[in-house]
Amino acid sequence: MRVKSKKVDLAEGDLTPMIDMAFQLIAFFMVLINFAQTESNDRVKLPSSQLVKPPEAPLEFPIILHVAQDGEVFLGGDSYTAETLRVGLNSEIAVIKAEGKSVKDANVVIRAHKDTAAGDVQEVIRVAQEVNLENFALRVKEDRS
Amino acid sequence: MKIRNREEAQATQLNMTSMIDIVFLLLIFFVMTFKIVELEGDFSVRMPLAGNDSVAMDSTELPLKLRMRADELGRLTSISLNEIDLGQDFDQLRGNVISLIGTSTPIEGDDGPEIEIDTDYNLRYEYVIRAITAVSGYKDGNEVVKLIEKIKFAKPRR
Repeated sequence: MRVKSKKVDLAEGDLTPMIDMAFQLIAFFMVLINFAQTESNDRVKLPSSQLVKPPEAPLEFPIILHVAQDGEVFLGGDSYTAETLRVGLNSEIAVIKAEGKSVKDANVVIRAHKDTAAGDVQEVIRVAQEVNLENFALRVKEDRS
Repeated sequence: MKIRNREEAQATQLNMTSMIDIVFLLLIFFVMTFKIVELEGDFSVRMPLAGNDSVAMDSTELPLKLRMRADELGRLTSISLNEIDLGQDFDQLRGNVISLIGTSTPIEGDDGPEIEIDTDYNLRYEYVIRAITAVSGYKDGNEVVKLIEKIKFAKPRR
């Protein structure tokens, strides 16, 4: 009696190692995925410094200002110039005051592009100082070299 | 000759296709959303509005004055500390700061030395950060030795 050869079975390779690798890759990317991207802005490339270390505790009441290369300021998704920034800062301060805290407890985090004119950053600081904010954090990238 | 029933052997094999499809979809999703996290840190500076701060007025010691000049493209042309010209060398700036304030004991809090940074308007911010790095400390192995913690900016030059 003639038996047909099992050609169909030969065509099926062993998928186990591939699935193992695919799952390992998924696990790797899942662990490293960063959901906290709210603090970054595509138009800001931070300068770097060897002295800074990532903070151990998050800052209290951070007001994050992104300063793009052309001096445009981003605060909470809205775009301002140094002149109009006061409006945005006032609404942030209203939130802080509503929580029963003083303006002086707030921390202004300045994330400025490395090629921004220093004067633009100074203008931003000046506007913040005029609404009585006094704690500033100049954010930079950690340079480990 | 006995032929085994082929149906039985095939029934135990799972159909992997749909699972692999989903696995690859997930993989592609994670690869596309993946972004290397850059570690960031802060230079914390307390800068109240000038004139409001009586403590600064009481201070008998004048702040060190750091002047940074730029060309029209925003590149650094010269640094001077208390009118001493230092060229463009940030290491020399650090050396001068160390010799001016001494390294005996790092003073923390409000009593430490103060520096006022006066830059040309169009100087790139990167150079300001490098200057702040140079004056605020240096790395000794893995330890950071602090120099000046009180930094303020002069009025912006237009």
